[in-house]
Amino acid sequence: MKNSSKAEDILEALWIAVVEEGDNSISLQDLQVSADDQPLVELVEQALIEVKGARVYLRHSGRLEGEKVVRRHRLSERLMMDIFDLKGANANNKACEFEHLLNEGIDTKICTLLNHPTTCPHGKAIPPGPCCLEARKKGGTGVVPLTELKVGEEGEIAYLSTEDPKKMQKLMSMGVLPGSSIRLSRTFPSYIFHVGNSEFAVDEQLAQEIFVRQP
Amino acid sequence: MASQTKMPASDRKVILVGNPNVGKSVLFNALTGAYTVVSNYPGTSVAVARGHCEISGQRYEILDTPGMYSLLPITEEERVAREMLLLEDAHAVIHVLDARNIERMLPMTLQLIEAGLPVILLVNILDEAERSGMSIDIPLLQEKLGIPVVGGAIRNKRGLKEVRRAIAECAADDLPSFGYSSDLEKDIAKVATTLTEDYRLDLRALALLLLQKDEEILDLVRSSEGDNFERVQQAVAETAFEHRFDLHLRISLERKRVCKGLLAETVRQPDNQRLRFADRLSAWTTNPWTGFPILILVLYFGIYQFVGKFGAGVLVDLCEGSLFENYLNPLVVSLADRFVPWYWLRELVVGEYGVFTLGVRYAVALVLPIVGTFFLTFSVIEDVGYFPRLAMLVDRIFKKIGLNGRAVIPMVLGFGCDTMATMVTRTLETVRERVLVTLLLALAIPCSAQLGVILGLLSGVSGALLVWTVCIVLVFLLVGFLSAQVLPGERPMFYMELPPMRLPQFHNVLVKTMTRMQWYFLEIFPLFIIASLLLWAGKMTGALEWLVRGMTPVMGLLGLPADASAAFIFGFFRRDFGAAGLYDLQEAGLLTPVQLTVAAVTMTLFVPCIAQFLMMKKERGWKVSLGIFLFVTVLAFSVGWSLNVLLLFSGILS
Repeated sequence: MKNSSKAEDILEALWIAVVEEGDNSISLQDLQVSADDQPLVELVEQALIEVKGARVYLRHSGRLEGEKVVRRHRLSERLMMDIFDLKGANANNKACEFEHLLNEGIDTKICTLLNHPTTCPHGKAIPPGPCCLEARKKGGTGVVPLTELKVGEEGEIAYLSTEDPKKMQKLMSMGVLPGSSIRLSRTFPSYIFHVGNSEFAVDEQLAQEIFVRQP
Repeated sequence: MASQTKMPASDRKVILVGNPNVGKSVLFNALTGAYTVVSNYPGTSVAVARGHCEISGQRYEILDTPGMYSLLPITEEERVAREMLLLEDAHAVIHVLDARNIERMLPMTLQLIEAGLPVILLVNILDEAERSGMSIDIPLLQEKLGIPVVGGAIRNKRGLKEVRRAIAECAADDLPSFGYSSDLEKDIAKVATTLTEDYRLDLRALALLLLQKDEEILDLVRSSEGDNFERVQQAVAETAFEHRFDLHLRISLERKRVCKGLLAETVRQPDNQRLRFADRLSAWTTNPWTGFPILILVLYFGIYQFVGKFGAGVLVDLCEGSLFENYLNPLVVSLADRFVPWYWLRELVVGEYGVFTLGVRYAVALVLPIVGTFFLTFSVIEDVGYFPRLAMLVDRIFKKIGLNGRAVIPMVLGFGCDTMATMVTRTLETVRERVLVTLLLALAIPCSAQLGVILGLLSGVSGALLVWTVCIVLVFLLVGFLSAQVLPGERPMFYMELPPMRLPQFHNVLVKTMTRMQWYFLEIFPLFIIASLLLWAGKMTGALEWLVRGMTPVMGLLGLPADASAAFIFGFFRRDFGAAGLYDLQEAGLLTPVQLTVAAVTMTLFVPCIAQFLMMKKERGWKVSLGIFLFVTVLAFSVGWSLNVLLLFSGILS
């Protein structure tokens, strides 16, 4: 069943606090709701959450449902940033509205369109959905950022995603071009890779912009 | 002499271009011999080497450009390199590339040919490529490219004769053109036909640059086309929209395709290259577990032993202790006593602050050996290819202070000469990084001359060196960290090519060291003379005494004797002057260990020397440099004061 937007927002905040930040619960005050608010009651009725005194607890089924909500939120953030090219508060607001439209089915499509991203634009993990797991199982021709390669692994540069044209230009003029083969030889303290007969060092931010197709 | 700096109109210009580290400067030196003039490119502060050579009776002016990766400039230096190509009327443009990376570098040759420039291709470092099993069919490449191609290893003079011949025979009448895919060609034609004015660049090249959204070219076209510009812009925008794909990437890919075709039969490469020792060494230097120990070894042997012990110890003793103290000074003093009856003139030449006894003696006997040994070490490390690896190693740490690993190069150079290092900051990409590095150089990086004297001073007192080091490192990190938070600007990105490591080439090292020494001597020597003149005038008029007395209360706050203020005043004329002044005080037994440490820390942090300040002004402008000056002065004395209180309170060193 579909929850109201407000209910989804509560579930999302609770999931982040409990699962990602390690709290055991969250107070009604932090959620800015009162115990008899309709969205809260709605969630309690579905046995997703539990209200004890002034604190709200996440139940097991709420954990699963919350993960989906967070996933939808972060996917829509990616969509706003990567595809619609919206930034800042505007992107956030739009993402918040948009996420409630992504019911099951649509989020899978968007996740596939975005090539199963693993992090949101703020660097937080996007919980993988069934589509991501399946794509991973099929594996093989996945396109991953250079940072996902292990030392010694080789691949072909699929594309460069950097938004700053100057950076992209620099990478390209150094010969880091789609179609070239690339071999990673070090990941710490910086990334070192070989393209052709040359060796380059880049930092993590730049390494994330180089997408590699593995054989 | 002055008329010679103006080039006669008959001199034909030859411009050398190419990626960094491909041997442009080696070729430049080989062509021009010793007659090098390093000058700033008009309107910028980027250094450009100019020299001359004569080939079968014709004089040529050779211009060495800063390294560039493509015709689309990103850094200030690349911008200058391109401007030279666009504005100088070149008889020939020699594109120098590294044979081992020909596939990666050849696209730039295409760009140059497209631009309608009279290109000669020099496939350099062929010897090392052949050693690794690669073979390049130069005549075939020449046939396919349709421009003169020379293969060689200029370091060993191989191919030099051919280059000279190619320059003499260069005629830019019939340049080949390379076809891209038909739809890209259509796009190029579409933009090119909208251009109505005359340009130095070929229209096709101009159209390509416009499609790649080159801002300077856009400005150029805007100003020449006038009303027609609207149409040009429209055509560019339409093309970009039609494909909905980054045109720059598309063009790069096209060039790569063309180059692949050109190289298909020309270059043979062995599949499996064995791991050379240099590769293993390279891996060690980039692994933090082995890299930092290697860094410490380099610092210990290169800087501490060679510069500190040998340069600042043995050589200085030899020059100052023996040569000047025993022979030159007594000789000049007795000559002056005998032939110069006037007291003021005697003072000027051989007095306490005399031009000879102070200026020349400090410049030649105290500073030159230290700076010289440092530059030698620096050139060896540079030639081996260690710096990019060091940059990569410290990148994470430098990110914390708002810089990227690249900044390590000016920083290390700063330990040799802060003035030169301040000039080199222009190779950093953002203004923010340049300001940060300039500040840190002014504050916390002691130059080799100062370092030598301070190491000598403090090594006599146990623990003092440790306190000094901790203070300076803390101030460096703290100020770097805080100013990185305060200064606005984008976060730096780090990317760098790691050139293969190799044994240092004697000739390269020698040329690099000599060039730096020459620069140092020309720039610094007059300042020593000026400084001693000013000090002499100050002594004669009493102004010096007045200034020294003015500083005395500040010295009192730091717990230092009044005499120390003279050292601080000198410090501004040359950083090392000040430190050397302290040296005299210590020799006279006027300083306790605490006073010595406080004075050394304050002196290190205190205002950069006058030469560095002038360079700061030149590179960063009045506002920034005065701001840095004030900040550094206040901070230096505050740190000195706090340290004095802390040391006295805790009883350390006393």
